Amino acid sequence: MSTVTVQLFASYAESFGGSTLKIPLDPGSTVGDLVHSIRSLPGAYVLPESPRVAVNRRFASFDQVVDSQDEVALIPPVAGG
Amino acid sequence: MRRSAIVTREIDPAALMAEVQSTEFGAISLFAGTVRDTNDGRSVTAIDYSAYTSMAESELERILAEAQDRFGVMAIVVEHRVGGLALGDVSVAIVAAHVHRAPALDCTRFVIEEIKKRVPIWKREHYADGGREWVDPTASGVATT
Repeated sequence: MSTVTVQLFASYAESFGGSTLKIPLDPGSTVGDLVHSIRSLPGAYVLPESPRVAVNRRFASFDQVVDSQDEVALIPPVAGG
Repeated sequence: MRRSAIVTREIDPAALMAEVQSTEFGAISLFAGTVRDTNDGRSVTAIDYSAYTSMAESELERILAEAQDRFGVMAIVVEHRVGGLALGDVSVAIVAAHVHRAPALDCTRFVIEEIKKRVPIWKREHYADGGREWVDPTASGVATT
């Protein structure tokens, strides 16, 4: 088992109390698996039913496989403009 | 040509227009988003913008590429500012140039709407009552610019 670093921003960083999370990852894990793991952490109340996740700077679907070398981020509701 | 950037300095819309100026164009459309003094019934005093900068720049570039394909605009430039902004400050500016007005106008509208959907930028409003909150357009359903 390896770990992946998940970047946090804005309201999510405040709720989880930091700018990154280290999440254990089984081989072949998906974005959905990752979100499931994150939901068990304190602060996860802030997450909507289907939070947006970016992998390597692109929005990813829940069935996309992720590994420890990927750049992963949880994306709060965006509010640019 | 196209250029996009996340910036920490003031945005100068006139400079962006000058950047795309050419006698081959008959239209340059400019959209500028500015910080206003109320939102959802609360008095706003300032806004902090933050971004996942590397992804925001990638996503802006993808939006501009899509916009050029879709509207055939010959030149398009976007800047979005992050950091602490005061009332009236320009938070985002988009210029699009085309031979004719319709594609230029449609292009700026497309780009700002896509920015609001998919560019990882966030804003925290400061209120006159001393409170501050992250703006969540998905929660309130209230348009914020």
